[in-house]
Amino acid sequence: MNNNVKNKKIVTLENYILNHSFKLESGEILEDVNIAYETYGNLNSSKDNAILVFHALTGDAHAAFYNHETDKKPGWWDDMIGSGKAFDTDKYFIVCSNILGGCKGTTGPSSINPRTNKPYGLSFPIYTIDDAVRLQKELVDYLGIKKLIAAGGSMGGMMAQSWAIMYPDMVKGCIIIASTSRLSPQAIAFNAVGRNAILSDEDFNNGDYYEKEHPEKGLSIARMVGHITYLCEEAMKNKFGRQFLNQNKENEIVSGIRNFDFQADFKVESYLHYQGQSFVNRFDANSYLYITKAVDYFDLTYKYGTLKDAFKNTQAKFLVISFSSDWLFTTSQSKEIVEALVKTNKNVSFCEIESPCGHDAFLLEFEAQTKIIKGFLFDLESV
Amino acid sequence: MFGKKNKLNYKKIVDIVNPNSSILDLGTGEGTLLKMLIDEKKCTGLGIEINQHLVIKSLEKGLSVIQGNLDEGLNMFEDKQFDYAILNQTLQSVQKPDFVICEMLRVAKKVIISFPNFAYYKVRFYLFFKGKMPKSKMLPYEWYNTPNIHLLTVEDFFEFCKLRNIKILNSIYMQSGKICNYINKTLANMLSEEVIFICSC
Repeated sequence: MNNNVKNKKIVTLENYILNHSFKLESGEILEDVNIAYETYGNLNSSKDNAILVFHALTGDAHAAFYNHETDKKPGWWDDMIGSGKAFDTDKYFIVCSNILGGCKGTTGPSSINPRTNKPYGLSFPIYTIDDAVRLQKELVDYLGIKKLIAAGGSMGGMMAQSWAIMYPDMVKGCIIIASTSRLSPQAIAFNAVGRNAILSDEDFNNGDYYEKEHPEKGLSIARMVGHITYLCEEAMKNKFGRQFLNQNKENEIVSGIRNFDFQADFKVESYLHYQGQSFVNRFDANSYLYITKAVDYFDLTYKYGTLKDAFKNTQAKFLVISFSSDWLFTTSQSKEIVEALVKTNKNVSFCEIESPCGHDAFLLEFEAQTKIIKGFLFDLESV
Repeated sequence: MFGKKNKLNYKKIVDIVNPNSSILDLGTGEGTLLKMLIDEKKCTGLGIEINQHLVIKSLEKGLSVIQGNLDEGLNMFEDKQFDYAILNQTLQSVQKPDFVICEMLRVAKKVIISFPNFAYYKVRFYLFFKGKMPKSKMLPYEWYNTPNIHLLTVEDFFEFCKLRNIKILNSIYMQSGKICNYINKTLANMLSEEVIFICSC
């Protein structure tokens, strides 16, 4: 629920606790599962104007607006969600929930296991993207939504695809941004490095660290590796070049001053350090392990035989967007999805947006995305 | 990308197409023709366009468009998936016109191809008298910046189709946007500024 306070739109994180047990694909059962979510705009009387927005790997339910008047930054997709924006809150009821296994309100490894009254840690069951989607379906039913549009970038694009496949009668539109039907081995390799960094941290303690030192070194290295994959050569060149840091004068860059030690010399190094450090304050290492594993396992071809078979029963209109410099979720991976949809006679549009920002582009290039998404949604309304 | 498309021929193409057909529009541009076919003939349609800005313009019209390069083929489409494949004023701009036409004939039951006729008498006179690469309303570019890298004539197209056993079902000759009928191919080749062919294989 949101209301306007001094021009800052305020939204409150809400919680929905399942009153029944939740069975995972693995057969494991979770009790008292909580889903943390935010909503923007209003659900109409026919309950068919909902847009489900899915966050990426380390995102959360706070997609837009501000949680507090004093907040400096709005939600992660505030450029895209709001009055008159791509996802127009004047027309649509927009819902974003934290993924199963996350650490931003929805039940995950850092939550208290009701059976033991201790955090789950590594006793949290391994789950899949489909499990996460089925959990969101519980929320959607609770909110009374009948028809929806599923939209997300990166991992969020995987969830959007699964929604269209698993609930074809409900999903009338599906927007897949900078995503894939399955990760490339290269992307799995980077996730594996991140997980290894966490697992080999001396503070990891087999996932049971909640009352002790957290495996911050491992998690921050995982984040640093992640950030390299979210950028690209050109983005790094533009952002940092080979610029040196001047340790004495803060914020001033003077080229050519070298420390001749193993401290961070280059601007790119300090950027990665900063990203790693700020990440450990907001993210749980166990959640990182579980979510990256779910993303690695996601493979529509493996699950349905062929990609065409995966999409054959979908009824949604599809929009696929990729970014030219994204080497983590490439244009050719997006085209695989498009080809499967075209061959099964589904209604699909595809655009590769020219961008120097790498995978991060889906969070940055909102102008082109807004035009494309508005056109797509306009056509959906007229059906 | 491929120069100003002649709006007059849109109407002619819309007239040719049977209602409720499925259309693949190649080099769809801003999607004007595709939108007309959907609105006026209740067709279902998909456009292919290489230029991101034009893709976005088509999407803003609510059309289904896939960004792609025609020269890379149409292998994302099944055989005879569409009633019509349309290549409007684009044939002369692709790298591999023969390949593109073959791909169109594979994915559609009928293909509609239009192009400016380089044997049009005014074009011939331009080259003959001025001794320079012809420029006109239909060919507005300089030799060094033209996207029209495979200009052809009506006669060339007939020869091409004969060699490859492509059936020409209908041909529409136009001069200044008006349909003209000629008593033989030689006159058609001389007097038409622009042509539309409907072919199958």
